[in-house]
Amino acid sequence: MNTRRQSVTGWLLLLPAAVLLAAFTHYPALATFWHSFFTTPRANRSARFVGLENYELLLEDPVFWTALSNNAWYALGTILPSMALAIVMALWVNRQMVGRGWVRLAYFTPTVLPMIAVANIWLFFYTPDYGLLDQVRSLWGGAPHNWLGSQETALGAVVAVAVWKEAGFFMIFYLAALQQQSPELREAAALEGCNRWQFFWRVTFPLLMPTTLFVLVNAVINAFRLIDHIFILTRGGPDNASSLLLFYIYEVGFKFWDVSYAAALTVVLLLVLAVVALFQFGVLERRTHYQ
Amino acid sequence: MLNPTRFDNALNTLGAWLLALLWLLPLLYAVWSAIHPSEFSARFDLLAPLTTDNFSKAWNAAPFPRYFLNTSALVLAILIGQIVLCTLAAYAFARFEFPGKDIAFALVLVQLMVMPDVVLVENYRTLHRLGLVDTLSAMALPYMASAFGIFLLRQTFKTVPRELEEAARIEGCGSFGVLWRVYVPLARPVYLAYALVSVSHHWNNFLWPLVMSNSVETRPLTVGLSVFASTDQGIDWGIINAATLISSAPLLLAFLLFQRQFVQSFLRAGIR
Repeated sequence: MNTRRQSVTGWLLLLPAAVLLAAFTHYPALATFWHSFFTTPRANRSARFVGLENYELLLEDPVFWTALSNNAWYALGTILPSMALAIVMALWVNRQMVGRGWVRLAYFTPTVLPMIAVANIWLFFYTPDYGLLDQVRSLWGGAPHNWLGSQETALGAVVAVAVWKEAGFFMIFYLAALQQQSPELREAAALEGCNRWQFFWRVTFPLLMPTTLFVLVNAVINAFRLIDHIFILTRGGPDNASSLLLFYIYEVGFKFWDVSYAAALTVVLLLVLAVVALFQFGVLERRTHYQ
Repeated sequence: MLNPTRFDNALNTLGAWLLALLWLLPLLYAVWSAIHPSEFSARFDLLAPLTTDNFSKAWNAAPFPRYFLNTSALVLAILIGQIVLCTLAAYAFARFEFPGKDIAFALVLVQLMVMPDVVLVENYRTLHRLGLVDTLSAMALPYMASAFGIFLLRQTFKTVPRELEEAARIEGCGSFGVLWRVYVPLARPVYLAYALVSVSHHWNNFLWPLVMSNSVETRPLTVGLSVFASTDQGIDWGIINAATLISSAPLLLAFLLFQRQFVQSFLRAGIR
């Protein structure tokens, strides 16, 4: 094939996907930015350029700051525990043991359940007095507690659901990585007189680094994207105690119909994701090697 | 001291089992309340009578058959769109030289970060302008060109030996013939993996369909379930949990039957 025909065919093949990508990824990302400098068009007046007004509004909006700090805590609270649990799970089911298949199944099952369904189940779990959590607590004489309805525990309750949902998913990546580690490493370490704790921290864990970074990027993205359960469990409440950035964007955009302010909020979310992308391409691609 | 003692081994096994039990607890609890009359929803009596009432009540209280139909159509439409578009684009990236290729590929990868549901307000605007709100197409279109699918298939196509392509060309195949007879058949396991991941993702997807659908005719299961649980039922947990299990059942059953393929697919799809 000559070069000219190559480029024409290449672009034609790419065209359908390129059109949709441009329409639903690149255009909206740029349009978000653009629209954040205007007022929200209403029935009787069209959008007017207001410069940075939406951003000034944003800086003074306590709900935005609450949602942002909630999201930071939510990220911290889901990422570290779910990754740590994922490693423990993977180490456990990588051994020979009775019922290994069942245990793997139990860990992975939350991954295939819809988050909405999962949230319904957990809502029941958290029900004050009546739900399983309070019933178990009452065995030790604990008083009933409104887990989702009180400011102190709402975010934590939401975090627990996310950890439960994600740990098993991350486990399979660690399990795959563990299965590729050579058994000779173990023999060598045994000859060196290394104990199991040292073996984990000096051999296994460093070798899991590429997996850890890969899982980390996914976990961070999910921490800003995975908000389905909020709709069922708390609707961001009480008093925004469990509102997250994307949930707040949804509220501003589709409940208050203030699309310009929603655009300004989305820009913040896009900036967060851009930082994750820079981290991925800067640190991850340089420091790790994929098979 | 590297090899665990028997005691240690037993302790680890016990830990693994306890965690597994804890992990299944919410699900088991939902099953318990769904198969017992409501007075036993939160009372654990081994002799409690079993019932299927909750399932039939839930099934009749909301248009679940319609929701199932909507979700199936949505998932299928997205999958077919993704497979066709991603195959063509991946073929272009793997085997053609054209100006702007590297930039185009970088632009495709942007979607890994900026997923359609992150920019949902603007996407709603676009589809509103096209008059597509509350349609299946609107729910499916933003996901059809999947950066992830393009990336995955491109990697796969790149591993196909050039000799096979040359042989096919000598036999008289054109560019499409080569794609159809050489690349696509060789990538079959990757297609399977991708399909499983895509189907389970979109079966469970909620936010975008919530925004785009506002009638029973288009509403998928996840949105239907959230409407059902929040408005229709008060707090009859037996019925809500039955509805929850009904909507998760297809994927859960598929997962139980094809466990290995599921895990392999998620893995293959994850490690890029």
